Amino acid sequence: MSKLVLSNAGFKYGNKAVLSAISFETTPGEFLGIIGPNGSGKSTLLKGMANLLRAHTGCIMLDGEKIGNHSLSFIAQNIAFVPQYAVLPDLFTVMDIVLMGRTPHLGLLRFESSQDIGIAIKAMEATHTAYLANKRINELSGGERQRVLIARALAQEATILLLDEPTSNLDINFQAEVLNFLIKLCRDENMTVVAALHDLNLASQYCNQIIMLKEGSIYKQGKPEEVIVSPSIKETFGINVHVYPHPVNGLPVMLVTPADINDTSK
Amino acid sequence: MADKEDTLTSKYIMYRRRWIRAAIAIGIAVFVLIVVIAWSSAIGSTDIPVSDVFNIFFSKLFALNPGNIYPLSMYTVLFDIRLPRILMAGLVGAALAVAGAAYQGMFHNPLADPYLTGVSQGAALGAVIGFLIPVAIPYIYIPLLAFIGAILCVMTVFFIARTGKVVPITTLILGGVAVGAFLSSITSYLITVSGNKVHNILFWLLGTFSMADWGSVAIIAPYIAGGIIVIMVFARPLNIMQLDEEQAQQLGINVERVKLVILLAATISTAAAVCFCGTIGFVGIIVPHAIRIIFGPDYRLLLPMSMLTGAGFLILADTASRTLLSPTEIPVGVITALIGAPFFLYILKKRKQAIF
Repeated sequence: MSKLVLSNAGFKYGNKAVLSAISFETTPGEFLGIIGPNGSGKSTLLKGMANLLRAHTGCIMLDGEKIGNHSLSFIAQNIAFVPQYAVLPDLFTVMDIVLMGRTPHLGLLRFESSQDIGIAIKAMEATHTAYLANKRINELSGGERQRVLIARALAQEATILLLDEPTSNLDINFQAEVLNFLIKLCRDENMTVVAALHDLNLASQYCNQIIMLKEGSIYKQGKPEEVIVSPSIKETFGINVHVYPHPVNGLPVMLVTPADINDTSK
Repeated sequence: MADKEDTLTSKYIMYRRRWIRAAIAIGIAVFVLIVVIAWSSAIGSTDIPVSDVFNIFFSKLFALNPGNIYPLSMYTVLFDIRLPRILMAGLVGAALAVAGAAYQGMFHNPLADPYLTGVSQGAALGAVIGFLIPVAIPYIYIPLLAFIGAILCVMTVFFIARTGKVVPITTLILGGVAVGAFLSSITSYLITVSGNKVHNILFWLLGTFSMADWGSVAIIAPYIAGGIIVIMVFARPLNIMQLDEEQAQQLGINVERVKLVILLAATISTAAAVCFCGTIGFVGIIVPHAIRIIFGPDYRLLLPMSMLTGAGFLILADTASRTLLSPTEIPVGVITALIGAPFFLYILKKRKQAIF
């Protein structure tokens, strides 16, 4: 099982520093959530972990070696990344796109073997996209596209799965389904899942660990009950919320109240 | 569970069936290309029956000796005049179609053609300078200067576009347009002062295979073959490059290296294609598009089919160019646009769904 270790990593776009002094490591079998307001650096952090951005300070180690020293295909065999927005050419079928996940395992001239096709089909079945296999990309809905991207990441057979807002285009039933599926990957396959999540309540319910970002650095890291508390949400998001234990499992649940009611409660 | 296994196998079979169909399509295209070559060899100022053409080809190929059956002049017309010209047209058509297909995917641009990075303008300037050199036989300099001009132009564009280790696609396209326009203005000026050579220059710019002989075929064949082989080896990365660059890199593709290799291979084969016979338009843009519409965007099928169709298309266009108004020739570039544009519009109209 692969492991990513970030020590004092900083990232920038051009001259603008986006993240600084990021240190943590992933643990196999763990669902790590990344939360924080827009612009706090969630996507940047995931791109850095996927080796799409180079750390300008500090370093990222994959399996005890600096990530930049590994070959791109080795990285792709170990880390899969599901972007929030992705260009997918219209004319490819879902099968084509999912099979592209096998790229890091294939040489330049090798065609996909029956084993590769089997892996792609399994990935599609796991994400409920198998029935779409022969459909073209331009016939899919937003949610279907997202699930196809997850299927492609699964076909990579990487042990670290990075997802940027995997539930953003989905209805609540599919949101739960995708997250249930991801948590199963952690439990049953001992995979590492790192996801940037918008919905703090979903993050609280599904993640073992949460990293809360504020203005480009880690504000808080810990279990959901340590991170999803009203003072830290006030501090990062600048909003007053009420946090209650979930009636079934006791994990924190956050409620927003309209502004005028907040004012009277002060 | 049995049900699940069923759908699994059926999907597997469907996928495999696609590749069987692909192999059949390539086989048919090879057969059609052979027929086109034979038919084009048969017609011209002296018509030779197609059956005789096949007989002569096969006897030559397997070193049989039916020499006494056919007149020697038939051999001369076939092997010294028509065949090199047909092979030249085939090579050039294949090179332009494959380079165009590669660029359309790599640049994410349906309007991309092999001349996008300034190859044609560089070659044109080189050729026009060649025409204007005041020596007895300028015909050696024209292809050489055209080739050098094409390569120099693309190198200039490449080094302008490069920022650090990265070559952004947009900068490359814009650089190609700007450098191309600059060179075109020089070419235009040179044409205005070219005097009585203007006819030959215009003919070259529109494209013509009248200079084709075995020597020129032998010179360009290795460059074109090399370029096509390299591009085909990179067929799978080209598939992935049709996604955005971030996804491609995340799937283990070295994006910058693929760009460099494709640019190099396409430039060399395009420069070789245009240096003897001029900047023939339209082949590099319509052939790959037609193939994409019919056979889909997978480069492992798109490239070989574009190669075979591009070769066949340009051979037919050249046959039309030398026979339609015989004994005068129509520039082949005029034919490709005249036939190509309406045909392409027809396919566009017929297929209303997304084509790229």
